[in-house]
Amino acid sequence: MTDTVKEPIERLLHNHPFFAGMEEPMLEKLAACATTRTYKAGHRVLKEGACADHFTVLLSGCVAVEVATPEQGVTPLQTLHAGDILGWSWLVAPYRWTFSATAREDTRAVIFDAPCLRRALEADHELAYHLMPRFIGVMSERLHSARLQMLDLYGPPAGARERGLA
Amino acid sequence: MSTLATPLKGHAPPPEAPHPAAAPDPATDPMVPRPFRIVRVKKELSDTFTFDLVAQDGAPLGFRPGQFNMLYVFGVGEVPISISGDPAVPEVLVHTTRAVGTVTRAMWAMKAGATIGIRGPFGSAWPVETARGGDVVVVAGGIGLAPLRPLIHTLLNQRESFNRVMILYGARTPEDILYKTEVRAWRGRFDVSAQVTVDRATGGWSGPVGVVTRLINAGGFDAPSTTAFVCGPEVMMRAACDALTRKGVARGKVWLSMERNMKCALGFCGHCQWGGAFVCKDGPVFNYAAVADRLPVAEY
Repeated sequence: MTDTVKEPIERLLHNHPFFAGMEEPMLEKLAACATTRTYKAGHRVLKEGACADHFTVLLSGCVAVEVATPEQGVTPLQTLHAGDILGWSWLVAPYRWTFSATAREDTRAVIFDAPCLRRALEADHELAYHLMPRFIGVMSERLHSARLQMLDLYGPPAGARERGLA
Repeated sequence: MSTLATPLKGHAPPPEAPHPAAAPDPATDPMVPRPFRIVRVKKELSDTFTFDLVAQDGAPLGFRPGQFNMLYVFGVGEVPISISGDPAVPEVLVHTTRAVGTVTRAMWAMKAGATIGIRGPFGSAWPVETARGGDVVVVAGGIGLAPLRPLIHTLLNQRESFNRVMILYGARTPEDILYKTEVRAWRGRFDVSAQVTVDRATGGWSGPVGVVTRLINAGGFDAPSTTAFVCGPEVMMRAACDALTRKGVARGKVWLSMERNMKCALGFCGHCQWGGAFVCKDGPVFNYAAVADRLPVAEY
């Protein structure tokens, strides 16, 4: 559903940590590709395999990134909250979502139209230069988190560790 | 020593037999365990349990948050276990333990009424006093919440001495959340921000999913005034300390609790040597600024 609150998108981006430090002219260029939306709790925000034609900046609420498996059904891998961004498959061909995502609560977001944004970045390499490290930072953090989750750190220790600490 | 009752004529009387050695006194000899009675056993998780213990001599065992005891299962062996109770209630000694080895598995089988030996308390403590007046962030991972629980009790007992108090807890699954009743109570307080995240969501869990460092990244504390206390698996502590310092918390205001193979608990035996420190004597609570370079060093 399109958001009825008409706060300037530039201001929303200015106040969002993902865009911290970006200058106003750049934010204006980005805002030209963006709209605001509110997702009701339970709304499927992304569908695995579908065309990655946008990316999402979360302003409030909560979205779960999920994967469906035959054994476990839909399993949340990570929850994202205000201050987070959702989705980078729009950056990498063939532009398909690799996971699904569902709003866990009413969620307000800025949605960027991916083709518009890709054209803007193609035309303005300085804008791309400032945007890409932000995405790489998010990817790096998510990769690190996924590795830690994979380690199953809090599970039973492999060796006979006697102290009460896991 | 002569066995004759009367000295033989012409022989000098034998030297007086020495007095039998006095029984070791646990009050003065830190190598001697004091007997404690288990008054309550609570199975916390599938492999984790809590003992409430009372000294058989009735004398309470005072301690500071973060310290540990050596628990002696007679005939089996001795293990170092952090104290998990409230320092303001020293008459009941509380230990939460995971059954992972010979001794702790023997403890798992013990019932209320049994006796266990206690040496301690040993080691350094969470420096609660250094956090007064500022924000406090407590970061726990898994059963690492147990050594932080006395600290949390102290923070809540002296709540007015601190600004914001945040408890950030990462568990494996919702079923693995330790001290569930207490965690729920912390979450219900208006003067504490308690957040729980799980690595794997199961059973309709509606809370955050992801590693505990993500809760740090979300902020909500005043970094320059923040003192942070971290305990959990070492990899998790490295990530948490890194996340805290990235958010602007000074290394010197981040504290963590280390775990090594402690035996004597007094710095004699060297089993728990970690670089130039003995974890039993110089730790287990260390300042991050002092050990940051040592944390990523692999030990084999």
